[in-house]
Amino acid sequence: MLNSRIPAGQLDLKWTDYKGHCKLVNPANKRKLEVIIVGTGLAGASAAASLGELGYKVKAFCFQDSPRRAHSIAAQGGINAAKNYQNDGDSVFRLFYDTVKGGDYRAREANVHRLAEVSANIIDQCVAQGVPFAREYGGLLSNRSFGGTQVQRTFYAAGQTGQQLLIGAYQALERQVALGNVEMYTRHEMLDVVLIRDKDKNGNEIGEAKCRGIVVRNLITGELERHFGHAVLLCSGGYGNVFYLSTNAMGSNVTAAWKAHRKGAYFGNPCYTQIHPTCIPVSGDHQSKLTLMSESLRNDGRIWVPKKQGDNRKPSEIPEEERDYYLERRYPAFGNLVPRDVASRAAKERCDAGYGVGSSKQAVYLDYAAAIVRYGKIECGKLGINNPSAEVIRKHGVEVVKEKYGNLFDMYEKITGENPYEVPMRIYPAVHYTMGGLWVDYELMTTVPGLYALGEANFSDHGANRLGASALMQGLADGYFVIPYTIGNYLADEIATKPISLDHPEFVATEKAVRDRIEKLMSIKGTQSVESFHKRLGKIMWDKCGMARNEKGLQQAITEIQQLKKEFWSDVRIPGGINEMNPELDKANRVADFIELGELMCKDALNRNESCGGHFREESQTEDGEAKRDDSRFSYVSAWEFKGESDWQLHKEELNFEVAKPTQRSYK
Amino acid sequence: MEHYTMNLTLKVWRQKSSGDNGRFETYQVSDISSEMSFLEMFDVLNERLIKEGKDPIAFDHDCREGICGACSMYINGRPHGPWHANTTCQLHMRAYKNGDTIVVEPWRANSFPVLKDLVVDRTAFDRIIQAGGYISVNTGNPVDANAIPIEKDKADAAFAAAACIGCGACVAACKNSSAMLFLSAKVSHLALLPQGEPERKSRVLKMVETMDKEGFGSCTFTEACEAVCPKEISVTNISRLNKEYIVAGMTEEK
Repeated sequence: MLNSRIPAGQLDLKWTDYKGHCKLVNPANKRKLEVIIVGTGLAGASAAASLGELGYKVKAFCFQDSPRRAHSIAAQGGINAAKNYQNDGDSVFRLFYDTVKGGDYRAREANVHRLAEVSANIIDQCVAQGVPFAREYGGLLSNRSFGGTQVQRTFYAAGQTGQQLLIGAYQALERQVALGNVEMYTRHEMLDVVLIRDKDKNGNEIGEAKCRGIVVRNLITGELERHFGHAVLLCSGGYGNVFYLSTNAMGSNVTAAWKAHRKGAYFGNPCYTQIHPTCIPVSGDHQSKLTLMSESLRNDGRIWVPKKQGDNRKPSEIPEEERDYYLERRYPAFGNLVPRDVASRAAKERCDAGYGVGSSKQAVYLDYAAAIVRYGKIECGKLGINNPSAEVIRKHGVEVVKEKYGNLFDMYEKITGENPYEVPMRIYPAVHYTMGGLWVDYELMTTVPGLYALGEANFSDHGANRLGASALMQGLADGYFVIPYTIGNYLADEIATKPISLDHPEFVATEKAVRDRIEKLMSIKGTQSVESFHKRLGKIMWDKCGMARNEKGLQQAITEIQQLKKEFWSDVRIPGGINEMNPELDKANRVADFIELGELMCKDALNRNESCGGHFREESQTEDGEAKRDDSRFSYVSAWEFKGESDWQLHKEELNFEVAKPTQRSYK
Repeated sequence: MEHYTMNLTLKVWRQKSSGDNGRFETYQVSDISSEMSFLEMFDVLNERLIKEGKDPIAFDHDCREGICGACSMYINGRPHGPWHANTTCQLHMRAYKNGDTIVVEPWRANSFPVLKDLVVDRTAFDRIIQAGGYISVNTGNPVDANAIPIEKDKADAAFAAAACIGCGACVAACKNSSAMLFLSAKVSHLALLPQGEPERKSRVLKMVETMDKEGFGSCTFTEACEAVCPKEISVTNISRLNKEYIVAGMTEEK
């Protein structure tokens, strides 16, 4: 039976009440308690730093060569916080409400409210650390708008907000490393969790098995290592790379979460995938990843396609009246700032109907011409230039756009070779974020005692669709302000637990299982590369479990994935050896897990015969093609229990909306 | 944009592990699209090597969008290749033409030992940060973020310095393998902000000491670092670092 352990009481008092009553660990005991943290992105680095500061003995692990390179670094646009610095009507309640609504009423109210409550502390904390957010001339912090909201609550550092926040958390982490409170293991990858049951006075095993450690592979030497912890935190990010092409980093993977899942941690809402509307389109078969163009570009850019199907004219030759600004047409209230899932589907709809642009016809225009003129006129006004020529207006307008979005425009030009100040950018949706993840309770604990999941690795806060600038907020909320309280509530009962010997039979057995799997992979010596399997998996997932899903396609996908799994385990070729640096072996381990996850995602998508947020079932749509939720049948979290190969059991956590009453989401 | 394909000769540094002697190996690659990124060209080559039963070339890479700082190739004598303000992952093959020869090496610096092929160990950078590249505030309840206004120019300058991605191109480009641009970016970022004030002196002294201990060379201000920096970190940060160091050294109270 799933117990989400949401505190009783009024929604806006739950967290305050929890903090006032949760158990505490005294400083002398904290020194005896060891915590393992896997992953050093915003969630992991902030948790490692904060727990180290509190006095716990922390070990942190990342597969990159430095914790500073975790993929949180690539987040561009910003971080939300209910500061109401703009006096535009924002509040904790508004942020809570926007997030629940944006998530299409599939998130847990209590978690989201807590997130909104701590959001303001995050900004204070980051500024104290020296994060250089954008500022106004008066010296105060600047805000911008983001999709799915009508207030300006997004804090940012040019197009590099994730980088600046991660460096803040990384510096706090390195400070704890220097103080000896955190031991940092870079180029180490977690390959399994170790579960051990407690013993009573007579040496008999009692209770459920608890997570007591991990087995990792040193990616430089290939050696396997065992590490003990009284608790283990997985902060290992999302699983968007199951689609092969995504905006994730090449190394981003599901392995840590998947190993935990196979050992008993339920997987929540695996089918909820965020497809981001503004990415640079695929250019060819060689493509290894996709690049996001920040959502903030939709603040000023206008999205359009030609009104005529298959129009091959250059964009500059298509007159204004022959352009279809389809987001403004369909959603007059939010226009180009509709939430990501809505914008993505609308782009797909136009392209599928034959209105796409560019050589692939799988793209739409994001046009800055109007914004350049608008800003140019304002600048000319400020400078007192009377009757400026079109050329002068353009010159000043370009300067303004450059200051706001210059780094993004440069990136676009580097990748495509086209100058976006002169021709509209071509964009298309791409896999970006996964709202699903390990199921956790209010305390962020998975269904395995002592095993926690933070940040994108868990499922809890974004429902079926995440709003822009909320991922950074959640990662840091979990790491800085939630886990330091909730872990104490668990560890307070563990102060008598002595560190468990690394020779304990469970450590030995887990390491052996990891070694056996690696040896099995290496012994296949087949004919096809890991990459080729990953690409095939990605194609199945994108075609059948991507932006639109239907019963027939999902069933086919499951069959194809099972077939692919067999083929992988009989014909994959991994060069090199085990006891050396071997990136192909690292990748093979990850792809093997992605294949299993892919099957579960399709299974979950098949079960959820409704459309909600990023999950669009073709069978469930309104007459005008909008997603149609079915609250009477699907107002629950799907939590899948691993039973065996291709075998899962579904558990349901009913969602109760006491404050944000579900309505059909409308941005019209 | 006209697209084309090309055939290229690659001379790539191969080294089995840090203890082994490395050597250059030559590879011919064909039908490379001008739309590919430089690393995608390596992906194509590696796929072929795997098919041929050979060991693929190891190289560091992760985000492939120019921000994580993992990629680190020394291309035809220049870190990250020919484009200005660019990382290896964002270099695209339209920078080359049919028949070109491209020489690819790892970062060359004693403080960055080669681990395998083009992969080097840059943990020395983390240790420099550990020496003081932070503001010592614990997680908790600091003052409101708007309690201390910061001049926009200063905030912008701090951001420009904080944009460093820690890739190490500055060290690789320097004839002395100096880490001064990297270090000065962090010292500047924190020294420009009021929050960094309390530890301003001890920070710069400790970080410079650690940099020296890690074996990085001295700065003779050739500005090669700035020329190759993907994030255009300015050498004026080095001037600021020198000032900070001198002031701290002269006024330090023991």
